[in-house]
Amino acid sequence: MRNPRRTQNIAFFFLLLATLLIVVPVGLIIAIIVQKGFPAINWQFLTDIPRQGMRSGGIFPAIVGTIYLVCGAIIFALPIGLLSAIYLSEYSGDNFLTRMIKLAIVNLAGVPSVVYGLFGLALFVVFFKFGASMLSGSLTLGIMILPIIITTSREALESVPYAFREVSLSLGASKWQTIRHIVLPNAIAGILTGTILGLGRAAGETAPILFTVAAFYLPQLPHSIFEQVMALPYHLYVISTQVPNVDEKIRYGTALVLLMLVLFMNLIAIIIRYRFRKKKKW
Amino acid sequence: MRKFKEFIIEKLILACGLACVFFVILIFLFLLKEGLAVFKTINPAKFLFGKNWYPISEPAQLGILPLIFGSLLVTLGATIISVPIGVACAVYIAEIAPLKIKEILKAGIELLAAIPSVVLGFIGMITLVPLVKNIFHLPTGLTALSGSIMLAFMAMPTIVSIAEDALYSVPKSYKEGALALGATHWQTIYRVMLPAASSGILAAVMLGIGRVTGETMAVMMITGNAALMPHSFLQPVRTLTATIAAEMGEAVVGSEHYFALFAIGIVLFVISFAINVTADLFLHRKK
Repeated sequence: MRNPRRTQNIAFFFLLLATLLIVVPVGLIIAIIVQKGFPAINWQFLTDIPRQGMRSGGIFPAIVGTIYLVCGAIIFALPIGLLSAIYLSEYSGDNFLTRMIKLAIVNLAGVPSVVYGLFGLALFVVFFKFGASMLSGSLTLGIMILPIIITTSREALESVPYAFREVSLSLGASKWQTIRHIVLPNAIAGILTGTILGLGRAAGETAPILFTVAAFYLPQLPHSIFEQVMALPYHLYVISTQVPNVDEKIRYGTALVLLMLVLFMNLIAIIIRYRFRKKKKW
Repeated sequence: MRKFKEFIIEKLILACGLACVFFVILIFLFLLKEGLAVFKTINPAKFLFGKNWYPISEPAQLGILPLIFGSLLVTLGATIISVPIGVACAVYIAEIAPLKIKEILKAGIELLAAIPSVVLGFIGMITLVPLVKNIFHLPTGLTALSGSIMLAFMAMPTIVSIAEDALYSVPKSYKEGALALGATHWQTIYRVMLPAASSGILAAVMLGIGRVTGETMAVMMITGNAALMPHSFLQPVRTLTATIAAEMGEAVVGSEHYFALFAIGIVLFVISFAINVTADLFLHRKK
């Protein structure tokens, strides 16, 4: 006769093992990058251009390029994403159109990142003749992060209690006034969280910028949105696979800067969410 | 006047609400526009089932079967590894872990989702690839196996978080009923919770697979990029995504090669569309 207690203990042991198999490598990866990348980081590495075929010098143009691209993406994606979230949470009914929009969001979130790259190439670079430029890259990244912004903003808007809206409407405010002065201010933390998560995603993606903006080597800062820029993720890809004999330290250093940039944004998002939850008035 | 302003704003909001639908259609149309051109010179069956991918030779041979098999092999490997581990992890987090540890574990999983794929590819190149090479005594560690392991890892956040949600949404009375009848906690999980959450877990698995097929950078960096028909997990392969990423930079705009890469994009788009729509159906059936 099998003992169910023992079976349970064995089963739980394996479940714990599976969990550790996922979480421990995450910790290890971050530890390795921090440990090996940290010695490479100094003022010169962060503020100098890459030198000697990217084998020495710094990564300043790539950092700036990534920041520009991410800002461009958010300028494009935030207004559209936010209004789209407002539509879904405040205006849409339970009908076919809403179903379609939700399905489109799910699909947009699932489109492979390299397909975004193709799309950006076909539409912005070739069709609109923007060329490989910051404009093309930012727009491509912007469309890519749209689903993240919409989903999180919508959750934030929907978590505002319905009574808030009813009171505002009963006092004679119009629907838009209610949204503008009551719903949005109360959902701002959630919207901010979504926006920052979108920023983090855009900063780390490589495939969408491969053919739309990223420059292999361009040791200067861009002067207009129609120029190419270097970007951190692409730079990491280049120095770890395309350029031979790059010092390990530089590779780890670049990986660390990129990782920190992305994790820092996620951390801010988590902090905002946490503080907001504590302050919640309802 | 105010009514007019309100009217304009409402129309603007509606237009933005439709933006996602518009972009999905736009992506598909532009892929079609550029991709279908390749079928003027090569017939679709030959494109899909041709065994040779030599886009630069004269005349170019554009058969994507080796790439499809490359993607299938890597996806299959990643699924075999990630599904049991991912679902087990979801069960642990949802059912067994104490509250504080649960928060830490969830943060760890979120952290994994946040790491850029190029960073994971870089780490995989430096740690996983030599490991695979040494264990199996191979000439190179850049193999389908390395890619599968890395992709399995990258699919975890998707699988764990969605499967966990599915387990949470099982009505509490199911669990209480089973426990009241004398079942152990494990019996309850295995016989009651998992079957009740099965459609959500299936959706989690499908979305995980979708994530794996679409992954580009990490897979390009550690699978070795050989566009040949794969015969085992211990060989270099090249996936559909990696082919586009690796070759589009060199393809001349408007050339046959360029169109062929877009046609691969259509294949990827259709795969991800099918996976997402099916997963969505499973998620909605649950409710």
